[in-house]
Order: sequence, then structure tokens, then C-alpha cells
Amino acid sequence: MATEAPALPASLTKGRRPAGLIADRGFRVVALLAGLTVLVILALIAIYTTREAWPWFRTEGLGIFSDNWDPAHQQFGAGGLIYGTLLVAGVAVLFSLPISVGIALFVTDVAPERIRRPIVYTVDLLAAIPSVVYGLWALFVLAEPLSSLFQSLSDATASIPILKTLFANPSASGKSFMTAGIIVAIMITPIITSITREVFATVPQSQKEAALALGATRWEMIRGAVFPHSRSGMVAGTMIGLGRAMGETIAIALVIGSSPRITANIFGPGDTLASIIANQFGEASGEHRAALIGCGVVLFALTILISMAARAVVSRADRRSAGTG
Amino acid sequence: MTLMKRIIPSLRWLVPVVLVTGLVTSGAAVAAANAPTQGGSATLNGSGSTFQQPFNEQVIGAFKQKNPNVTINYSGGGSGKGRQDFSDQVVDFAGTDAPYPAADAANVKGGTFLYFPTVAGPITVSYNLSGVKKLQLSPETLAKIFQGDIKTWDDPAIKADNPGAKLPSTAITVVHRSDSSGTTQNFTGFLNAAAPGVWTLGSGSTVSWPADQQAGQGNPGVGQTIKSTDGGVGYVDFSDAKALKLKFASVKNKDGKFVAPSLKGTTAAVSKAQVNQDLTYNPLNAAGASAYPITSPTWILAYEKYSDSAKATALKKFLNYIYGNGQKLASSVDYAPLPTSLAGKAKAQVKLISGSSGSSSSSPPST
Repeated sequence: MATEAPALPASLTKGRRPAGLIADRGFRVVALLAGLTVLVILALIAIYTTREAWPWFRTEGLGIFSDNWDPAHQQFGAGGLIYGTLLVAGVAVLFSLPISVGIALFVTDVAPERIRRPIVYTVDLLAAIPSVVYGLWALFVLAEPLSSLFQSLSDATASIPILKTLFANPSASGKSFMTAGIIVAIMITPIITSITREVFATVPQSQKEAALALGATRWEMIRGAVFPHSRSGMVAGTMIGLGRAMGETIAIALVIGSSPRITANIFGPGDTLASIIANQFGEASGEHRAALIGCGVVLFALTILISMAARAVVSRADRRSAGTG
Repeated sequence: MTLMKRIIPSLRWLVPVVLVTGLVTSGAAVAAANAPTQGGSATLNGSGSTFQQPFNEQVIGAFKQKNPNVTINYSGGGSGKGRQDFSDQVVDFAGTDAPYPAADAANVKGGTFLYFPTVAGPITVSYNLSGVKKLQLSPETLAKIFQGDIKTWDDPAIKADNPGAKLPSTAITVVHRSDSSGTTQNFTGFLNAAAPGVWTLGSGSTVSWPADQQAGQGNPGVGQTIKSTDGGVGYVDFSDAKALKLKFASVKNKDGKFVAPSLKGTTAAVSKAQVNQDLTYNPLNAAGASAYPITSPTWILAYEKYSDSAKATALKKFLNYIYGNGQKLASSVDYAPLPTSLAGKAKAQVKLISGSSGSSSSSPPST
């Protein structure tokens, strides 16, 4: 074995079987290396991007959170981009989660055996489509019908207090936060589906049967036996989907309308941290370039923050349910 | 904590391993980049401006037929990327639509570099307005349209530019670039120069457009959106606008004449521009009765000294080709050739490039 450690000091090997120990040591080192690779790569990315983005952090300070992104006047506030990133990812998860959980439940608990496989394959196939293809499809096929839908929704809700602002000023080309959110929802559905499906499959058959034996309907069985058992897995799946949604670049760059701003008009154009990098990096220099790399750092931090928050929420909920149950 | 204590000492050996791997891989990359090319054959890699890409591809194709042992790759990516790659010595030459900002020029590794203007091209103001075949716009009106002050086509300001024309009350839909671009930089640079009191959005590869405007990806994306929107107007480079059969507005130049975009008008604008010592120049809003005022310049960046003399020879051959046959090929891909005086100056500058085996001692002498 190439990874075998050289001869160990006698003190360590004394009284134990050397061959087994060496293999054990070797395995430990290999596994440790694999684990550390991730940390090293993460650290290198963080260090390099932060260093490249430093001029931006230094000149703007807290101004990086303002919503004035105007390269022509050397103003680089990423507030509108952070807002757009969260909004698009939020919309995507909002649409995708019920559909994904529905598909997963259908496959594990409702569908007859022979159509389960085809459904799983089809959903997994969605994950194999490149994001630029989704983006182009959204741009050429989805945007136009959506723009007329947005317009009619906007007209219909013109007198309802909150919806009035939310649906105001729809984009004529259909390029909007909402369009981006919908296309990203389709893209993350296979991810959330496959994880929740795996989690649902681990619910012990005996528990499901016990619930049914107590007279529960199928829905009551799912609510009482499947969901509590799978809560943390569902959250984990959603988090991975959310991470993908926040990092999605090209599809969003094509359909969001490239207008960095904070607005309640979800049918209007906006921009996100990832898509602005794709759109502007090629022509950027000086502080503009630093700011775009900085957007990457901000996105990185934002993703870590959100996934940590989600973990905290889940572990607290689990502890509580374990305490009462 | 105890776990960390146990792991950390056992990791000390990792440090040299990581360092050595890093050194070996970077060393290998440097060695590969510096490897001398054999027997007069050479490979030149370039990146940058997408504006000059179709021209470069055309010239590279024709050049390759005459010089089969020289391979030239030009990968686009945008002027900003080209300048960055050139600064970092990732490429042998780069294409850019704008000179280095003063602060960045000092950071160019690889020593003295030169600007070679290659061709120029008009940026059209393309529009789609049913029933209107001819449209004239002054810089002030253009500025007001593009910053959203004018909302309909029958606005008094547009009428004043087009006496006697029948203009419908269609809403104006402005289309701009969603990606940052040298075309945006030159278009907004023109408005900045020609309508200084009116234009407020500044000039740059991206400006802060009003949110109710439309954005398109690349010149074709903008052109396509204009084509499909009655009342649409936007800035599109000449060849894409022609390919999409868009209608162009005539733009009022510095001499007060309305001029339609054309290659002749572009060459005229370049010939009137003040050319600096380093061959950079600004053809925007140039004087001259026939000059088309929204004209985009473009340059190839090259170092004065190359450690590999085969590369230097190949690049000189290529640049000389651009100032010879290349100028004749320009119009076939909708670029304007340089005026002869500027092409002459650029050709003279090619002689400054040399392959030096003496100045940088680390590089192996090439055969």
C-alpha cells in the first residue's frame, strides 16, 4: 500500500498487532486528509477572495451594505444584491419545498410500486440539465407568458393594500425577481426531492403500520409518523436547495433584468450577488473588480450564516420534541 | 478541544507536503509557459474585447493560411478581463476597447507595453417604431431618452430634431446591456462628452439605468429585444444591428450634421481624433461634417519585450498583417479600417517589439 506509514516507534506498537495498527493508522491519515481537503480549499478560497476584495471593503466600509450600485460613479453598495439574492432564493424555496415534499411522499407512500422508478428517474433527470439551458428556456419561453400574467395580476390587485405594492410595476419583458425565483425553484426541486425522499424512506415501516392500525388516515399517518421522524432531514434538504438557489448564477443573470435595487415590487427587475458577477466581471477593473469579488465573499458569508442559523433552529426543535415526546 | 490537541501535532508533516505540491505545480506551469517554441513555429494566446473578436477571428483565419506554423488563439471575455490577463502575463497579447485606467497601468507585469489600434466601429442607435423610417436625434435628446426623461416618441424634443416627420405617441422602451460592456462605456462616454449638461448617469461599462428599462444580454440580446418591441430603442454595434435588419437613427455630430452610422463616417471620425503619443485616441464626438459621432475604438495590447523570440517574431508578423491585408478585410465583417496616417504610425510601432534573450536571464535562449 502506497499510503503505509513508515515503521512506527516501538513504544507505540508494543503489545499490539502491528499489521492491523499500520492499516488503521493509514486509513486514519487518508480519511483525515480527505476531510481536511475541504477545509483547506474553503480556507484558500476565503483568503484569496478576501484579499482581492480588500480595496472594496477598505474604501466602502459599511457602505458595502448600501443599495447604490453605480460603477460609473464608483459607488459599490451591495445591499440591493443581498436583498435580491435572499428574495430569489426565498421565492424558489417557497415554490419548490411543497412540490418536492409532495413528490417525495408520492413516491414513498402513495404511488404504486411500478411507477415509482420512472418518476424518480424523471425528477433526477431535471438535475442533469445545465443551468444555462434553464436560463435560456426561461428567457425565450417562460418570460413572455409570465409578463402578461404579472400584468394582469398587477391590474387585478391594484386596490388591495399590500398586494398593490408587491405586484406593482411589473416588468414588460417578464425579467423579474419572480421569474428568476420560479426558474430556480424548478432547478432545486430535484435536489430537495431526492433528499427528502431518502429521508422518508428511512421511517420504520412498523411506525407507519402502527399509526394506520390506530385508525389514522394516510394523511394522519404522514403527519404523525413520517414528518416528526424526518424533520431534520427535510430541513437539511431544504438548506442544500437554498444554498444552490443562492449560488445560482447564469440562469438568474439571464432573466432577472440586471437592476440592483431594494424594492417590494417582486414583478420588477432586480439583481443578485452571483448574477452581477457573471454580468459585470468581464469588463471590470480597479475597485469595480474588487467589489465584484467582494460580492462573492459576501455571498459566501451569507450562505454560511444561513446554514448555521438553520442548523441551530433544527437542533433546538429536535431537543424540544425529544423533551416532550 | 482535546480532539484538536490530538490532531494538530499529527498534522505538522502536512505543511511541507502542501508547500511542496504548491511549488511543484506552479513551477511546472511556469516551465510550460516559458518553453521555447521550435523551428519558427509559435503559439500566441490572447483574450479580451469581444467587440474586436469577429475581426480578430477573420484576420487570424486569413493569417493562418499564409503562416501555417503560427497558431493564434483569441478567447474574448471582455476588455476588463483582457487587461487583467495581460497585466498578470496570462496571455501574450490582449484586446481592449479602452486604455488602462492610470492606476492600473503601473501594475502591468512584463514591462513596457504598447497600444496597437486595429480597427474602429460605429455604435448604432437602433430603433423599432412602426411607420417611422427615418429618425434624427441630437445628443441632448438621446441623453434624455436613455435616462428616462422622455417617455413617448411624440415628445417635443424628438419632434424638434425631426421637423415635418410624423411621430406616433408610442411609449419609448429603452433597451440597454445587462452585462457590462465596452459598448456601454463608449455609448455613455459619447453622451457624457456631447450632452454634458443633460446626461447624469455618467459613463462606464455599466451605469445605473432606470429600473423601468429593458436589459438584453450582449449586442444580439439588445437588438433582439428592440426588434420585438414596438417603440424600442437601444445601442447596438453595427454588425449585429445590420444582421438583425434594425433601423438606425442619424445622430447629430459636433459640426451639427445628422449622420447615419457607416464605416466611412467612422473612419472619418477616427481621422479627426487627437491621437496621443502611445497611439491611444478618443474618437467619440469627433469633429468633421461627415464624422459619425458614436465611434468605438479598439486596441491590441502587446509587450515591447518577449522572452521567447519566436513569439515576438510571430506577433510582429501578425500585427504587420493587420496593418496590411487586415485593413482590407475589416469592412467584410463590418469594421471600419483605420485612416492611413494612423495605420502608418501603428505599423511603425510594430518595430519596437523584440524577442530578447539577453534582458531576462532566467529564460532559456530560444533556437
